[in-house]
Amino acid sequence: MNWLNTAFILGAAFLAVFGQAAFGSARFLAGAQVDLLPPLMVYAALSSGLTTVTLLAVCAGLWFDSLSANPLGVTVLPLFAVGWVIFLKRELILRDQPFAQAVLGAAASVVAPALTLLLLLTMGSHPLFGWGTLWQLVVLCAGGALAAPVWFELFGWLQHALVHRGATESSFRPDREIRRGRRGALIGGYRGEVIDRARSKPRRPR
Amino acid sequence: MLKRSHYITLGLVVLLALVVLNLPGQTAARLKLALGSLFLPLFGLAGSTQQVVGAAADAILPRRELVKQNAQLRQEEQRLRLQALQAAEIAGENARLRQLVGWRAQTPWKLKLAKVVLREPANWWRSIQIDLGSRDGLQVNLPVLTTEGLVGRVASVSLTRSQVVLLGDPNCKVAARVENETRDTGVISADGPLAAQLVRMDYLSRGAELKPAQRVFTSGEGGIFPKGIPIGQIVDVQPVDYGLRYEARVRLAANLNALEEVWVMFP
Repeated sequence: MNWLNTAFILGAAFLAVFGQAAFGSARFLAGAQVDLLPPLMVYAALSSGLTTVTLLAVCAGLWFDSLSANPLGVTVLPLFAVGWVIFLKRELILRDQPFAQAVLGAAASVVAPALTLLLLLTMGSHPLFGWGTLWQLVVLCAGGALAAPVWFELFGWLQHALVHRGATESSFRPDREIRRGRRGALIGGYRGEVIDRARSKPRRPR
Repeated sequence: MLKRSHYITLGLVVLLALVVLNLPGQTAARLKLALGSLFLPLFGLAGSTQQVVGAAADAILPRRELVKQNAQLRQEEQRLRLQALQAAEIAGENARLRQLVGWRAQTPWKLKLAKVVLREPANWWRSIQIDLGSRDGLQVNLPVLTTEGLVGRVASVSLTRSQVVLLGDPNCKVAARVENETRDTGVISADGPLAAQLVRMDYLSRGAELKPAQRVFTSGEGGIFPKGIPIGQIVDVQPVDYGLRYEARVRLAANLNALEEVWVMFP
């Protein structure tokens, strides 16, 4: 099941990168293109292993940079940093709560591009950077907050539809069975312990 | 608690990122193209989807609208024919005068139409990808324009696709001239991350006579863009560096947000 989940996540990352490059209407409407990879990383870090997080950071980062003017590999580290931190703290996170998912998606969508920008500036590149970047981060934050619960819902639905689920264990326990018969009822028996109610009852005087 | 495997994974990813970031330019470009070619099936899918949508839109367009558009196009064609006749006359006169004075004749523009297939996914660059590549004769630094004006230049070329950096990207600087009496020159560069239609014209001299709505063209200096391609119009002017020079904001003539088809100019 694990590899299938990883395949779903990588497939979604591939389509998300292409979608961001092919459909740029958000940029014209809001002034910034919403990044779907950090919310996807939130999902991967909360629901999969470190291998999936690493694969997602490397593959999605390289795919993104191949369609962008970014230097190749610059998106890998920020994505991995976001996923790694969430993965390490995931026991403390209420991952099933949509509010927690939205907050993490928003935070990841701000931190990942900010780290990428920092890395670009450190490397000596001159990206478009100014007061307008703050507005772009706000748009990214809102987009990430919306996208994270959608990813969780989508993958939940996909797993429900495509992944085989093992039969659940019945709550019935044979050793707790109440037997009725001539020798009386067996109640509250545990691990072969037999309580014979009929015998324990005092006999009526005839 | 951090386990040993966590540290190993972190170290491996950091190492991989550092190796990829420090690859030689050509190797990185090839790797980028190879990774980008993974998206080729999706390019085809998106293209055919657009065609189907376009065909469906054409099919439902009413006949009355088509007749109206046809009449408009006929009128425009006649007007353009007249303009072309006039332009041919002027070009002939220009060539004769150049010959008389002994100036070198201007070579006509050779253009090739390209479709925009992808836009920049990152918010801190401005670029597009077009469906012409090295097999179509494209090279780095060829100018790209629309019928309205200059768009940018070719930044990298693969076999079937090319990346074009747009005006307003920090990697696209253009030598420009203002259409005024003093013919002031400056350099077009990026203005900011939000305004896609505005660029900055820098290094204008202190004596420049600049006014809003004056037109800006390429100056031909710099060797990449030929002279006379329209860039846009001046919006406002302000002194910088304690009034030592001027800086103008220029509204681009070409709408960079709505690019679907562009022309690549060949030398």
